[in-house]
Amino acid sequence: MDAPPVSAVRGAGQPAGRRQTLAVWKFASCDGCQLSLLDCEDELLMLADRLQIAYFLEASSATVQGPYDISIVEGSITTAHDAERIREVRRNSRVLITIGACATAGGIQALRNFGDVDEFTAIVYASPDYISTLATSTPIGAHVPVDFELNGCPINKRQLLEVIAAHLARRRPRVRAHSVCVECKRRGTVCVMVAHGTPCLGPVTHAGCGALCPAYDRGCYGCYGPMEAPNTASLSAGMAALGAEDLDLVRVYRTFNAGADAFREASEAHEPGGPATDRQGGRGS
Amino acid sequence: MSDPGERGMSDPEEDGVRTRVIRTDYLARVEGEGAMYVRLDGREVVEVKLRIYEPPRFFEALLRGRAFTEAPDITARICGICPVAYQMSAVRAMEDACGVAIDAGPLRDLRRLIYCGEWIESHSLHVYMLHAPDFLGYAGAVEMARDHREIVEQGLQMKKAGNAVMALVGGREVHPINVRVGGFYRAPARAELRTLVDPLERAREIALATVRWAATLPFPDVEVAPELLALAEPGAYPIDLGRIVSDGGLDIAAAEFDEHVVEEHVEHSNALHARLRERGSYLVGPLARYALSSGALRPLADDAAREAGLGPVCRNPFQSIVVRAVELVQACDEALAIIDAYEEPDAPAVEVTPRRAVGHGATEAPRGLLYHRYEIDEDGTILDARIVPPTSQNQLAIEEDLRAVVERSLDLPDEQLSLRCEQTIRNHDPCISCATHFLQLTVDRG
Repeated sequence: MDAPPVSAVRGAGQPAGRRQTLAVWKFASCDGCQLSLLDCEDELLMLADRLQIAYFLEASSATVQGPYDISIVEGSITTAHDAERIREVRRNSRVLITIGACATAGGIQALRNFGDVDEFTAIVYASPDYISTLATSTPIGAHVPVDFELNGCPINKRQLLEVIAAHLARRRPRVRAHSVCVECKRRGTVCVMVAHGTPCLGPVTHAGCGALCPAYDRGCYGCYGPMEAPNTASLSAGMAALGAEDLDLVRVYRTFNAGADAFREASEAHEPGGPATDRQGGRGS
Repeated sequence: MSDPGERGMSDPEEDGVRTRVIRTDYLARVEGEGAMYVRLDGREVVEVKLRIYEPPRFFEALLRGRAFTEAPDITARICGICPVAYQMSAVRAMEDACGVAIDAGPLRDLRRLIYCGEWIESHSLHVYMLHAPDFLGYAGAVEMARDHREIVEQGLQMKKAGNAVMALVGGREVHPINVRVGGFYRAPARAELRTLVDPLERAREIALATVRWAATLPFPDVEVAPELLALAEPGAYPIDLGRIVSDGGLDIAAAEFDEHVVEEHVEHSNALHARLRERGSYLVGPLARYALSSGALRPLADDAAREAGLGPVCRNPFQSIVVRAVELVQACDEALAIIDAYEEPDAPAVEVTPRRAVGHGATEAPRGLLYHRYEIDEDGTILDARIVPPTSQNQLAIEEDLRAVVERSLDLPDEQLSLRCEQTIRNHDPCISCATHFLQLTVDRG
């Protein structure tokens, strides 16, 4: 695991006299990433002593007006209203950190970005007048400047604590961008692809989970999104050699980080009829 | 900034009748985004809405064309609070479609074990962090901890034990990676499971203390009327298997759910409302499970319930905090029993071969019955999916409860009435993230 122990939070530097404020915001998401904060059972109360939790609706009905020192944002932008709301959050935040695959890549709901929207719409629905939504699910970074993006579906709560501690101390978070493969080596896990012929996204996937899936005899399914400069073409060829067909490869890259550029392009390379060119959804690189 | 958590009231005179509006635009301490709106003309309650405005994510649409083996991982992402429930209903439905039944043995035991972990995590969260502050007059658990640090810390320790079960059996707490159609990717060794005994025994003690403590909270003397519906299994408190029964005499297999439950789309909500055909609203969750299966509680949980003064049926939603605490005892005790008897399976999963079929799966999420139905092609491609989460089943009953509470509490000042209404909603532990994701797509191209 890349994140240092929680003692880093204890030692987080703060300006004297005023506790820094933390706000937690939700957009289209499952709640799991902000739940990770409540899952820090040993650290939560200590964290609440160190900084002021000024806005966190899942945890408290008491709210403090912004601006906020740190805003943590979960979820993707799928409505016009939310596209406006994230701009307000940005205006009211000194530091804006996005957490999770929805906020950093559009999430599983970004699968709509690939659909033929008219065909999608034609799927039977009840009363369309009652709801409104955009045709795409896009990451926060496509709408406002983001100070730090923490990957994962869900995020790793140790990494979340490190990121908060680092921003309180105004230093860079120690979160590495190498692949899951490195985590397997450090953990001593035998390579499931080499030893068992199990297709695995580990070679192209961002570290952070601690290489969980291979430790459970399963190939990585890429829930932490693409690593820096992934070689997806090489991996796709390797998986094809193990018997994966084009449809399998499309599905493999098109899950919780389907909207991340590297995975989107890798999936489109194996789509029948070649790459689509007119779809939005990845974050600009 | 859109003003969060703001309560709004107004009492304009309209045609001589005093109109009173009680509303909370951003409900706190619920999972997901919802709002409450109540309008009164004089002493008449005109309108009651639990409005769900969280944007829809269209899972049922995006599941089409995916492999049947992907359903547990994809549907887990519907809810970060109860991902195991989604995984369990999904694998049951897929196995049902493929003619496989894992109804006994170590694979089913492991499923019940990880499910117990989720109940412990989710119920601890609700009892201590979402619900208890209502009774003690705090905005949240962090504020409550300033005066009651030990109580909150105990709750967090119990929650941590539930998370430890999920992390060991499932790989991690949120969106576990070890669940698959047919079983698991890797079955834990006996020695690994033994490491959970200490934290679970401590959690069981905390759960027992929680029942005693919760029973001392002040409860208004109220009851809800709707039909109570849950899984039921002979000789066991329901978690992962059973027939769907109600106290109104319903007794059906999961495969018959579709025939008996209708969903409708109402204007104020991004969730579908479910009702029993020709019967109306119904309630799922701890009160329903307890009412239908309190006779099947493990002796330790049964004794705790009696000592807390619970009868065989509890219809008071405020007292659901006691029932959840009893279920915490049940889940801790059950998890320990499973670990004690665990023998490693011969293989971590059974073979499941797809065929063209429809499959149904119903299990008990912490918040109540969660139903999945899939139609798959002969190669396992998902052709159609239907998912009915607990909160959309409860939404009508919650609104009826809200209306009754307002009618009983007309003389309260607005601020207090608003708080009472919010607590009425939190009594039912709605999970708005779950409820909202099942609409079909409509596009605003703006």
